[in-house]
Amino acid sequence: MTDVVETSLGNVTVLCHVNDIEEGASKGFLENDAGHDLFFVVKQEGQLYAWRNACPHVDGAPMAWRKDAYMDAQKIHVTCHAHGALFEPKTGLCIQGPCLGQRLEKIPLHVSEAGEVSILFADIHSRNGL
Amino acid sequence: MNIVGLETIVFAVEDIASCTTFLTDYGLIPVDVTEVGGRFEALDGTAVVLAHTSDTSLPASIGNGCMMRKTVMGVADQETIEAITAELSKDREVRKLADGSIESTDDSGFVIGFQITTRKALDLAGEISNVPGSPLQRPVNHRAVDVNAEIRPRTLSHIVYFVPDPVKAEAFYVERLGFRCTDRFEGAGPFLQPAGTLDHHTHFLIGAPPFMQGVEHFTFHFSGPTEMMQNGSRFIEKGYQAFWGPGRHIFGSNWFWYFNSPFACHIEMDADMDLHDDNWVPRVVPMSADASQAFLMRHRTKWSPGKDTPHNGDYD
Repeated sequence: MTDVVETSLGNVTVLCHVNDIEEGASKGFLENDAGHDLFFVVKQEGQLYAWRNACPHVDGAPMAWRKDAYMDAQKIHVTCHAHGALFEPKTGLCIQGPCLGQRLEKIPLHVSEAGEVSILFADIHSRNGL
Repeated sequence: MNIVGLETIVFAVEDIASCTTFLTDYGLIPVDVTEVGGRFEALDGTAVVLAHTSDTSLPASIGNGCMMRKTVMGVADQETIEAITAELSKDREVRKLADGSIESTDDSGFVIGFQITTRKALDLAGEISNVPGSPLQRPVNHRAVDVNAEIRPRTLSHIVYFVPDPVKAEAFYVERLGFRCTDRFEGAGPFLQPAGTLDHHTHFLIGAPPFMQGVEHFTFHFSGPTEMMQNGSRFIEKGYQAFWGPGRHIFGSNWFWYFNSPFACHIEMDADMDLHDDNWVPRVVPMSADASQAFLMRHRTKWSPGKDTPHNGDYD
């Protein structure tokens, strides 16, 4: 579950605490009726990165093979489990697969001093008309 | 060449445990599965075989992250094994393995095997609908729906390859192995049927750049649309991610539901594929989504007014 709070930056969706996601792990957020997350967060070398759950190979294609499972087995690359495309978790660049050279769409993350991870409504909802 | 269809597909994976859970949740039956892999069988014994990537006895990957290492086809008899050996030995190595099967490579570089089929004959009725006026009806007092039904795939259905040269790839299966093209998507490739089955296709080839060569999907037949959709719904409830479907194809008429998988390709659940013989005239149409699906359905969590439903319904 995510909480929505009003701030000076606009409506913010609080996702989790930085420690809720382990190194090399991934977690999806804002699941729709079909069980697909709107975006997901990965942790690499202690830093969190958020990417829209939409493989550039097929517009909007969901990427996990199971809820929250966006990484390859070695937990090195973000993976689209439709056709096995691999992406750099820090840059979103596809380094192998049908969308070679294309990038995932980045979602800006905000981390408070207390370690609370959030996103701005405006950053995720503009394209979806929500 | 009396090739009856797919017998096994072999994948090499890093995470055997997760893939075991995935295939078991799909409905396949684990047979002799350990921490280094094993078989996952349909009711007739056709199977996906998992092995660990460290297994040096496996054929090499064709690259591009493709985890599929070998496609084994079942044949009717030893004469067919010998006929395939003679044919393919004309221009490539054919290895005879200890289990009596043979192994070679197709013209796209995929490793292929052939064995005398060990499929078990199934004697299980499929889905039967009560249709007014139809001579075929479900027996009285037999329910169509059992929410607790055990659902198992019946048999390995088909595999779809991305190939860099679809003309060359098709020629190999048609001219060397006796497959027939049953239908064709222009700009993509052919649906192929071997001589020993009436199924619309066991192989479908899609032309793609060399860096995409690999597997698009593989699938097993289920007993009917109800079983396929019930199984797919359970799969989603377990957290698996649907990619396309449920719906019904036009070519082959099979019901489909595609899911992402940990095998760098899709896995499908399918049911009720058309059967064709020599009298069938292949259709040719341009590849498009509209040409692929007769209809497509969408999941909806809330389907009636009531508690927690917004005042404007669930159709925003």
